Amino acid sequence: MSQLQNFTKGFLKENPILVLVLGTCPTLATTSSAINGLGMGLATTFVLVGSNVFIALLKNVIPDKVRIPAFIVVIATFVTIVDLVMQAYVPSLYSTLGIFIPLIVVNCIVLGRAEAYASKNTVWSSFVDGAGMGFGFTLALGVLGSIRELLGTGSIMGWKFIEGDGILVFILAPGAFIALGYLIAIVNKINKSKA
Amino acid sequence: MEYVLLIISAILVNNVVLAQFLGICPFLGVSNKVGTAMGMAGAVTFVIVLATMVTYLIYTYVLIPLGIQFMQTITFILVIAALVQMVEIILKKISQPLYQALGIFLPLITTNCAVLGVAILVIQKNYNLLQGIVYSASTAVGFGLALVILAGIREQMELANIPKGMQGVPISLVTAGILALAFMGFAGLV
Repeated sequence: MSQLQNFTKGFLKENPILVLVLGTCPTLATTSSAINGLGMGLATTFVLVGSNVFIALLKNVIPDKVRIPAFIVVIATFVTIVDLVMQAYVPSLYSTLGIFIPLIVVNCIVLGRAEAYASKNTVWSSFVDGAGMGFGFTLALGVLGSIRELLGTGSIMGWKFIEGDGILVFILAPGAFIALGYLIAIVNKINKSKA
Repeated sequence: MEYVLLIISAILVNNVVLAQFLGICPFLGVSNKVGTAMGMAGAVTFVIVLATMVTYLIYTYVLIPLGIQFMQTITFILVIAALVQMVEIILKKISQPLYQALGIFLPLITTNCAVLGVAILVIQKNYNLLQGIVYSASTAVGFGLALVILAGIREQMELANIPKGMQGVPISLVTAGILALAFMGFAGLV
C-alpha cells in the first residue's frame, strides 16, 4: 500500500467513526457546533500522531507482556500536553469541551491504532497512519457538527444559512444520537455501492 | 435531602449515557440481550464505585500534597487499569459464580470512559468522599438503566423489518436518540 493510500484510508473506507464506530463518546458530546467538533478532532489528531510516532519508535524496547500499560502511559502523556496547552491558549474552547479532553486517553481509536498499527510498522508509516486517521476523525466530527448546527440553529460557524430558529433538539443530546445514526447509515450505503 | 437530589439527578436527569455521552461503546456493544446488559451493568457499578473511591483518595492524599495535580489523567487511568485487573484476579479466587457472570466484561471496562469520566467529575465538582460514592453509585445505576432499556428494545427489534443500510449501529443510535428524548422529560425534576 502506498503512503497516499495509507493516508486516505481513514477518510471514508476505514473512517474511525463512521465505519469502525470507535470513539463515539466524544463524537456525540462535542459536535453541538462545527467549531467544537473541529477543535476536538484536532486535539485527538495531535494525540494520535504523537502516540503513534512514539510507540513506533519504542516498539522494540517495550516488552510484549506490558505493552498495553506502556501504550496507555504514552497516550496519557500526550493527552496531558494537549490538556495543558489548550487550557493556556484556547480557554473558551477548553471549557466547552471540558471533560472530553482528558477522556481522549480512553478513546478507543488512539489505543486501537497503537496496538493494530504503530506497534508493527515503521515510524514514518505510523506517522502517516496517525495523521490520516486523525484527519478522518476530524472530518467526521466537522461534518456531524455542521449538520447539527445547521439543523439546530440554521447557521454553520456563525454564518446564517436558513432563516428562523432551527430545530433545537439537534443541538441537544437526542439530536446527536439521531444525526450520527443517519450519517452512519448513509456512509454504509456509499461504501456498499462502491464495493 | 441533598443526597436524594444527587441520586435522582445522576440517574434520571443527567443520565450518564443519554445526557452526558459517557460509556457509549459498551452501551452500543453489549445491548443485544437483556441478560448480558445486566451483567455489564453489575460489573460497571462495582468498578465505578471502587475506582471513584480509590482515585479520590489518591488525588486528595497524594497528588495535592505533592502539588502534581496535572498528573491526574495519567494516574487515574493507571489506577483504573490496575484496579480492574485486581478485581478480576480476586473475583476468580473467591467467587467463581460471580466471576463467571461478570468476568468477561471486566477487561472491557478499562476503556469505558464512564469510569474515568466519573472519577474526574467527582474531583471537578469538589464532592467529598461520601458524595462521591453516592454520585458514582447512582451514575452506575443510570448507566445500567439505559443499557437494559435499550437491550429490551433491541431484542424486540430483531423481529422487525429494518432497511439494510439502517441495520445494526444506525438503528441502535436512532433508538438511543428517541430514548434520550424521553429522558429529557425528567429535566424539570431537580
